[in-house]
Amino acid sequence: MPELNALTIAAARDGLRDGAFTAAELTEGCLNAIEAAAPLNAFSTVTADRARTQAAAADARLRQGEAPDLCGVPLGIKDLFCTEGTPAQAASNILEGFRPPYESTVTARLWERGAVCLGKLNMDEFAMGSSNETSAYGPVVSPWRRAGETARLTPGGSSGGSAAAVAADLCLGATGTDTGGSIRQPAAFTGIVGVKPTYGRCSRWGIIAFASSLDQAGPMARTVTDAAILLSAMAGHDAKDSTSPDLPVPDFAKALRGDLRGRRIGIPREYRVEGMPSEIEALWERGAEMLRDAGAEIVEISLPHTKYALPAYYVIAPAEASSNLARYDGVRYGHRARIGAQEGITELYERTRAEGFGKEVQRRIMIGAYVLSAGFYDAYYLRAQKVRALIKRDFDETFAAGIDAILTPATPSAAFELGALADADPVQMYLNDVFTVTVNLAGLPGVSVPAGLDPCGLPLGLQIIGRPWDEEGMLDAAFALERACAFDAKAAKWW
Amino acid sequence: MSIDIETARRVAHLARIEVAEADLAALATELSGILGFMEQLNAVDVSGVEPMTSVTPMTLALRADVVTEGDIRDQVLANAPDARAGFFTVPKVVE
Repeated sequence: MPELNALTIAAARDGLRDGAFTAAELTEGCLNAIEAAAPLNAFSTVTADRARTQAAAADARLRQGEAPDLCGVPLGIKDLFCTEGTPAQAASNILEGFRPPYESTVTARLWERGAVCLGKLNMDEFAMGSSNETSAYGPVVSPWRRAGETARLTPGGSSGGSAAAVAADLCLGATGTDTGGSIRQPAAFTGIVGVKPTYGRCSRWGIIAFASSLDQAGPMARTVTDAAILLSAMAGHDAKDSTSPDLPVPDFAKALRGDLRGRRIGIPREYRVEGMPSEIEALWERGAEMLRDAGAEIVEISLPHTKYALPAYYVIAPAEASSNLARYDGVRYGHRARIGAQEGITELYERTRAEGFGKEVQRRIMIGAYVLSAGFYDAYYLRAQKVRALIKRDFDETFAAGIDAILTPATPSAAFELGALADADPVQMYLNDVFTVTVNLAGLPGVSVPAGLDPCGLPLGLQIIGRPWDEEGMLDAAFALERACAFDAKAAKWW
Repeated sequence: MSIDIETARRVAHLARIEVAEADLAALATELSGILGFMEQLNAVDVSGVEPMTSVTPMTLALRADVVTEGDIRDQVLANAPDARAGFFTVPKVVE
């Protein structure tokens, strides 16, 4: 049997129920792994006491029988989630010292089901970034290295701590959030499964807001089954989030059969972007063959507005961010700048925000303020919202024509070195989201599945995009892909 | 659309972010680059297209207009960098 911390959630659930080990032992295994993995910088806060208390309660519940799937399963939580009494800083200096007096709906649902909180996970500041380098805690280092090299690679972002922690067996699963690809891109870079659910499937209440019309929480785990188990626990109607519809939550794990007979999978020709590495092109073709072998009909489709998704996203997301982040003013929580005797409230606001926000966050707030400002609103923001409607229409028409799910690459490359884009134009970093961002704009579910290794031995992922509210169909296709790929590579331990 | 130093200064102020005079030129160049990337949107024919306001067609739920959570003043103030006598504090704004 592998080390307890390396178990899948499904195996841990069964082992806990059979009494093969206790939640306390499982939790200690994870806490030890976390302690030994300091060089990865994946955790920003470790809540060892809380974890041990929750593990003891889970063991008591397990002894009584009738324990839910996640009872006793240790998880990591992205720092974007408010966790009562535990620091939640969104990896930003502007929220230094902030301890929320309330619990996010998603994490509350996990603890109600007996899950164990190991701590908070590092991320890009306010989830703005694709490499984890904008974090106030310093970057997360991927557990993966290129074969024969020691260069430090990015785990991706913004949920980079979640991805690294799951890939390095520090926890059995983790929460992430995805506004433009922040669950799926790091999952692809680290060889794990990441699910961005349909917009509204998981409550946003208690999750520090970035771009409210795009933000969605989701699970990150080592297998599709584990991600499905987590999603069933995280999802559900919440009266505190007005965009959360009152829909039943299926038992997603029960939907996994991997039999795709009668299903039609679309391959969008616009995703064949210029400069795409040949290994990604080849992986995509192999993925399509695997789905065909599982019974699906493969259909070439067209999503004509794809190329406008990134520029539309980089208008809409900063616009919403500039509004959401207006609340950080040095008055109600977090950092507050010192001002001179002759200075007033404007200086307090402006200096607090200059000192508290990192460069990328400042850049996005300013872009957002610009595209929303008088005289430019119609040219940028309104136009982007119209383009967004066209992007969604592309998907609507595709699904109406009988396509059940769509297969694309997850990222345009494998993980790159930390610092590689430090001097590049910010737009170069934005290009990481090219395959994922359409899904957020259209409110669809998407999942990244580890599908192979590049010539340097780094993981590559494929993405399945589902119909709105059809995570079951999407995850079933992901399950078929996972089975056919039989991806079992792990990062060799160097930390 | 290229951003000049004057516009960069105005945008920084709109965003309530202090930017040193010496950094405005670099900021203007950076913002111009990002806005240049967005210019691609001008190639799309959006005539007759309604701007999206929600990805999910749903009616907002109504609830009774009553207090759902209250009497938590100390919790609300607990994270304030400077709270006194049950209030947030700000520099003097009225002479």
